[in-house]
Amino acid sequence: MAAGEAARKVAVNPIQALGRSTLAAVRMVGSVGVFAARGTAAALSPPWFPGQLLRQFMAIGFFSLPVVGLTAVFTGAALALNIFTGGGRFNAEQVMPQIVALGITRELGPVLAALMLAGRVSAAIAAEIGAMRATEQIDAMRTLSTDPFRYLVGPRLLAGVLMLPLLTAVADTIGVAGGWLVATRVLEFNPTIYIRNTIDFLESWDIVSGLIKAAVFGFIVALMGCYHGYNASGGARGVGRATTHAVVSSAILIFASDYLLTTFFTHMS
Amino acid sequence: MTQIPKLAWKGVTKRFGDRAVLDGLDLSVAPGRSLVIIGGSGQGKSVTIKTALGLMRPEAGQIELDGENIVGLTESQRRKLFSRIGVLFQGAALFDSLSIWENIAFRLLNADGVPRKEARERAIEALEQVRLDPAVADRFPSELSGGMQKRAGLARAVVAQPEILFFDEPTTGLDPITAAAINELISHQVRRLGSTAISITHDLASAQTIGDEIAMLHGGKIVWRGPAADLRTTDNPYVRQFVEGRPDGPIAHAV
Repeated sequence: MAAGEAARKVAVNPIQALGRSTLAAVRMVGSVGVFAARGTAAALSPPWFPGQLLRQFMAIGFFSLPVVGLTAVFTGAALALNIFTGGGRFNAEQVMPQIVALGITRELGPVLAALMLAGRVSAAIAAEIGAMRATEQIDAMRTLSTDPFRYLVGPRLLAGVLMLPLLTAVADTIGVAGGWLVATRVLEFNPTIYIRNTIDFLESWDIVSGLIKAAVFGFIVALMGCYHGYNASGGARGVGRATTHAVVSSAILIFASDYLLTTFFTHMS
Repeated sequence: MTQIPKLAWKGVTKRFGDRAVLDGLDLSVAPGRSLVIIGGSGQGKSVTIKTALGLMRPEAGQIELDGENIVGLTESQRRKLFSRIGVLFQGAALFDSLSIWENIAFRLLNADGVPRKEARERAIEALEQVRLDPAVADRFPSELSGGMQKRAGLARAVVAQPEILFFDEPTTGLDPITAAAINELISHQVRRLGSTAISITHDLASAQTIGDEIAMLHGGKIVWRGPAADLRTTDNPYVRQFVEGRPDGPIAHAV
């Protein structure tokens, strides 16, 4: 039986299996890299499709506002409570506004906005482009003298890179407001002093570094959606697989690049 | 034959793994003629078209358009070439996020830079050519029946008056009456434009309506070729088995 033989071969030669999966991983990195380069080139050179770009600004940016805002307000509120009670163990309750502001702008604002986008946008992009692949719409586009990289991939990458920093700015504001709400309503902080402490403490780099992270995450989210959708194969099941891969790989790459960027920023300052 | 064929496959081989789906395919079609490729499922009909369109790259052989090789063109050369080509895809492949008129005018709007007003007018003319009510112009593909989608796909293929038209299984999935109407429309449009047409199908009625000539593809090679009228009289064993729909003969069961 073929399956039995295959299993035996793997058992006999684990090194071969290891080599095969290593090669597959290298091939994957290579093809994502080539795809990213082609997509970036398409996004940055004419012809542009302003209608498509506008549509993606709306889909990726505007329509993500509610979900990003809700995530931010609850996270800010919970963070404030946690830091207040935790800080209380060594009489550090009073620095809670500063720590909330720092945590939100540098880390939680960009990462949580990006994760929500990975779920919302990366999946939608992969499903849409995957379905277009499955129904030959991408082939049809090429035969109509239109480059799918310029028409489909470029606008999505551009929208991801430009919209996620904006969403993150909103998330930062709402997240800090969530902390402020809990602090003033539940923990009896003075509303004015809370805001004064936050503003006096924050440096512009705290916010800017978060926004730079967000631009990178936005690229990742759009890229993973486009890549997995564009390379979907095998009908409806393939589209489902592409969607899953887009979300999972976006999330992992967001966390990994978050750590790398944070390390880089720490060394820089 | 001294005339240069409009399109010719010369020794084209395309493999998927160990299996050669096209095995040194030689096939040509003269300018202004309509060639229909018939054959069973999995015999390489779609691959034949896809290699010519540059959607798949063959491992060996040449594909010549007006005597010039078109295998391995750059993206921009290919884009230019596509302005001379119209394709009707099997499932019509209409863009479901765009209205019918924007679908038909897609090339005009996105590649040729035609102003929207003029593009819309030309799309509506094309709708009339395929006998669709101009009122469907602002509807979306999902709101149309399968037959109407095929008509819209045909309108999109002919709107820029291409030199060469490709039809991928134009009647698959349609009822016999709608299929007959589509066949009739296709042959009418091909004659009106004077285009060269290459179609693939396993629908024999369709093949005889839209084809001047028919070629049968089996095992990645052409096993028979002749005028459309000869399809039912030839004694070629492959064609006989296919036309009569017998399970036994030179064509083994498809897996």
